[in-house]
Amino acid sequence: MPKPKVAFYWCASCGGCEETVVDLAEDILAVVEKVDIVLWPVALDFKYRDVEAMADQSIVATLLNGAIRSSEQEAMARLLRRKSRYLIAYGSCACTGGIPSLANQFPREQILKFNYEDAPSVVNEAKTRPQLVFEEEGRRPHLPELHHVVRSLDQVVDVDYYIPGCPPTPKITQAAVTALLDGRLPPKGAVLAPDIALCEECPRRDSKPTNVVFTAFKRTHQQLLDPQLCLLAQGVVCMGPATRQGCGAQCLAGNMPCTGCFGGTDRIKDQGAKILSSLCANIEPKEVADINKVLAGIPDPVGTFYRYGLAKSLLRRKVDLPGNNGK
Amino acid sequence: MENETPPTSGNGSWSPRIIAFFCNWCTYTAADLAGVSRLKYAANTRTIRLMCSGRVDPQFILEAFAKGADGVLIGGCHPNDCHYAEGNYKMLRRFQLLKRMLKDLGIAEERFRLEWISAAEGEKVKSVINDMVKKITALGPLDLPGKVADWDREMTEPAPAVESAPVETEVAHA
Repeated sequence: MPKPKVAFYWCASCGGCEETVVDLAEDILAVVEKVDIVLWPVALDFKYRDVEAMADQSIVATLLNGAIRSSEQEAMARLLRRKSRYLIAYGSCACTGGIPSLANQFPREQILKFNYEDAPSVVNEAKTRPQLVFEEEGRRPHLPELHHVVRSLDQVVDVDYYIPGCPPTPKITQAAVTALLDGRLPPKGAVLAPDIALCEECPRRDSKPTNVVFTAFKRTHQQLLDPQLCLLAQGVVCMGPATRQGCGAQCLAGNMPCTGCFGGTDRIKDQGAKILSSLCANIEPKEVADINKVLAGIPDPVGTFYRYGLAKSLLRRKVDLPGNNGK
Repeated sequence: MENETPPTSGNGSWSPRIIAFFCNWCTYTAADLAGVSRLKYAANTRTIRLMCSGRVDPQFILEAFAKGADGVLIGGCHPNDCHYAEGNYKMLRRFQLLKRMLKDLGIAEERFRLEWISAAEGEKVKSVINDMVKKITALGPLDLPGKVADWDREMTEPAPAVESAPVETEVAHA
């Protein structure tokens, strides 16, 4: 019997998710023994045309990481969707937009102008920008077009499963791959991580006060943090209550607050709204001026609460930004 | 603030849709009073009764905007009057940060409003709604569903319509 075919692909991502696959270390050998990797651009040399030549649905599973942000990424997502029986959104960017989707706060022109002209490290007096098509020595090379909107994978194509995390841990990756190879699959659309908030597995859980009360929000560089005490009790914005567990509370072990990379649980529609709701309700003052003094400790609510999920939030993007036709 | 005649949409074109979350004990009762007192005010609100303004989950507000509301109005009891002692303060604190966050996400301040309206203030229901309708009419439609459809035109095929998250199903994990 031929081995099942598996593909790994990356879109708008940093490479951290690929690193997790490699972090499976010796365990990856067991996986490699059982499967036939047909595409993995970060590690092995395959040609897109080989994928195009494959029969539809002939890849058992594709693990795709990264947000969808360009015409090429969109085309590859569609191609791999066609060729795969299971398409799995791997990592925060594919699941919910990830850090790249924070760009949904800015117009495309501003992003291009900063990166090709205004950034302090850029020297580009001719103000050259990448062109979609250009002529050179009789050839017509073309480049992908940057989209106006950063999207999660399921905002572009149908997705079967989600493996969250920035990056997903080797543990949940291995559990997911094993479940897949053994054919023990949950219902379509499931997130392959426990459906319960991070606080439940947090080593500081017992120190979480019954009534959390905020008199100020402090950022991690503004004070020395007690390594045992619940961070909410120390006035630090910790996304744990609004975040799915499965990471093993690694950030907490490193004395840093949860920043929410696993996304919300299934019952949460908008992770940012949920943590905002929870934190604000427990502020101590009752007068507007005093409340705002406390809230001044959260200078960037969008970047704090939607660090990994602006694309998949209810509003998705700064609402007054233009799309293709400039509207 | 005082509008004697309710604003109208004029020649049947667009007029704002406002989702109003009113607490059972004060503002909803005030809206009832406005009704039995036969006060005339703009018919642009769709009122949702909740037991307390503290029950207004910020997700409701974002979802209202995402589904096409042009404005969201929240009505609760005056400070110290909350039937549940603290609920309106919880809403006030959420409102302060949510207002700032919505502004960062491009939603004009006039589209999101919190008012304390007691059960006796039917007149205030009228003036607040009329005022909000006037301000949002001046801003024009928000139309987030239309904007999303417009943004998605940059893709070669339409976006998948599914909300794929399974609802209320527990998945066992080893």
